[in-house]
Amino acid sequence: MSKSVIEMPPKGGFSFDLCKRNEMLAKKGVNPPSFRKTGTTIVGLIFQDGVILGADTRATEGPIVCDKNCEKIHYMAPNIYCCGAGTAADTEAVTDMVSTQLQLHRYHTGRESRVVTALTLLKRHLFNYQGYVSAALVLGGVDVTGPHLHTIYPHGSTDTLPFATMGSGSLAAMAVFESKYKEGLTRDEGIKLVAEAICSGIFNDLGSGSNVDICVITKGGKEYLRNHLQPNPRTYTSSKGYSFPKKTEVLLTKITPLKDKVEIIEEGDAMEEE
Amino acid sequence: MVKQQANWSPYDNNGGSCVAIAGADYCVIAADTRMSTGYNILTREYSKICKLADKCVMASSGFQADVKALQKQLAARHLIYQHQHNKQMSCPAMAQLLSNTLYYKRFFPYYSFNVLGGLDNEGKGCVFTYDAVGSYEKVGYSSQGSGSTLITPFLDNQLKSPSPLLLPVQDAVTPLVEAEAIDLVKTVFASASERDIYTGDKIEIVVVNATGIRREYMELRKD
Repeated sequence: MSKSVIEMPPKGGFSFDLCKRNEMLAKKGVNPPSFRKTGTTIVGLIFQDGVILGADTRATEGPIVCDKNCEKIHYMAPNIYCCGAGTAADTEAVTDMVSTQLQLHRYHTGRESRVVTALTLLKRHLFNYQGYVSAALVLGGVDVTGPHLHTIYPHGSTDTLPFATMGSGSLAAMAVFESKYKEGLTRDEGIKLVAEAICSGIFNDLGSGSNVDICVITKGGKEYLRNHLQPNPRTYTSSKGYSFPKKTEVLLTKITPLKDKVEIIEEGDAMEEE
Repeated sequence: MVKQQANWSPYDNNGGSCVAIAGADYCVIAADTRMSTGYNILTREYSKICKLADKCVMASSGFQADVKALQKQLAARHLIYQHQHNKQMSCPAMAQLLSNTLYYKRFFPYYSFNVLGGLDNEGKGCVFTYDAVGSYEKVGYSSQGSGSTLITPFLDNQLKSPSPLLLPVQDAVTPLVEAEAIDLVKTVFASASERDIYTGDKIEIVVVNATGIRREYMELRKD
């Protein structure tokens, strides 16, 4: 019997080989590192002329803020944007992937991308991974068929809504929307309402914070208002400043020469030409 | 048949951070005023600081229900002491009492991370730092709570406390003036509230010196 191991090319998708080992380690108290989640507030609403998307800008690793000003509104197509909540790597990867797929599709068809195309590509991918790709998305855009707004859940289900919120701050934001949303909002009213909903998430949810990002998409084009509101400046900076004179203390210096120094006394001859 | 895990815990963590810094003739004790549970805020105006005696103040973060119970216990014991000895408890005496009270519940601990600050019998500032079961040490400064991992390295860099193992015995008080210590505390909390989600809203700063106890507040990030 030959003992050679047949080299298989790596299969696509996730490898669950280490699950049993991880379970055993967890029982012994060795926990896996936590994922960086965006513990977020993301919202979208449909107004008179199109769609407005909004997001906060805090990224957390457990109880610590790892990015105070990250971008959660991702580009999908010139007329389609997508907000992402959940594991940061998953939202980035899945929106990038579908964005490039949409571009190839645009070249193939010669037409502007439709929101339902992005929706189907995203939901198929997420369903395929059975919820392990932890991305909760708010997809919005304007195409030939009109303005559209959808929510996509990590397991692959979708909803089509006039206004939507996702993330840990979704309840705080939805409370604002349910109180104040009406059909046929103007652009300024829409931006004000989205900003209010995101602020509600920022101040009442500990997983969301820092600034408000807004993206307005209409038939004419899009407007990405990065840091539209900055309601959380640093509260105190010492006027005298701080110095850091204490460098790392040198406790002991010991030099061990690796080789004896050889001094060359004679000069070598010039290279001979062959 | 795998051993059944508990599906209910008697504890919760209400978050928050506390700091105390001892000076030559003062002691600064500060804590944020945010009380939270999970990702929600319960209140933005909760005091984690309690005056135990004339010159002795305690700040505690952790599970506030246990903190409240602990404060009541200490207040009752202090009253008994006053009846028996006809004087207020000194800060080092209160420090020992707190340690004993915490260890008494060694097998169902108070989920309370405490920092005790005040003036000793000679009027010098002193700070005592505790773990949840009563292990304590007299130090020049200390921080506890959710933001302590962010605050302590900065205080170490600016104030490095001498080790109690070094000889000759060095005094564990900082060389800072009262105003500088307060400025340091404000900076440290402003920085901690930038990066810790459980620290924010307001800081309550209590200063204990020869003239008495003074309280001031400062606004922090509310997000």
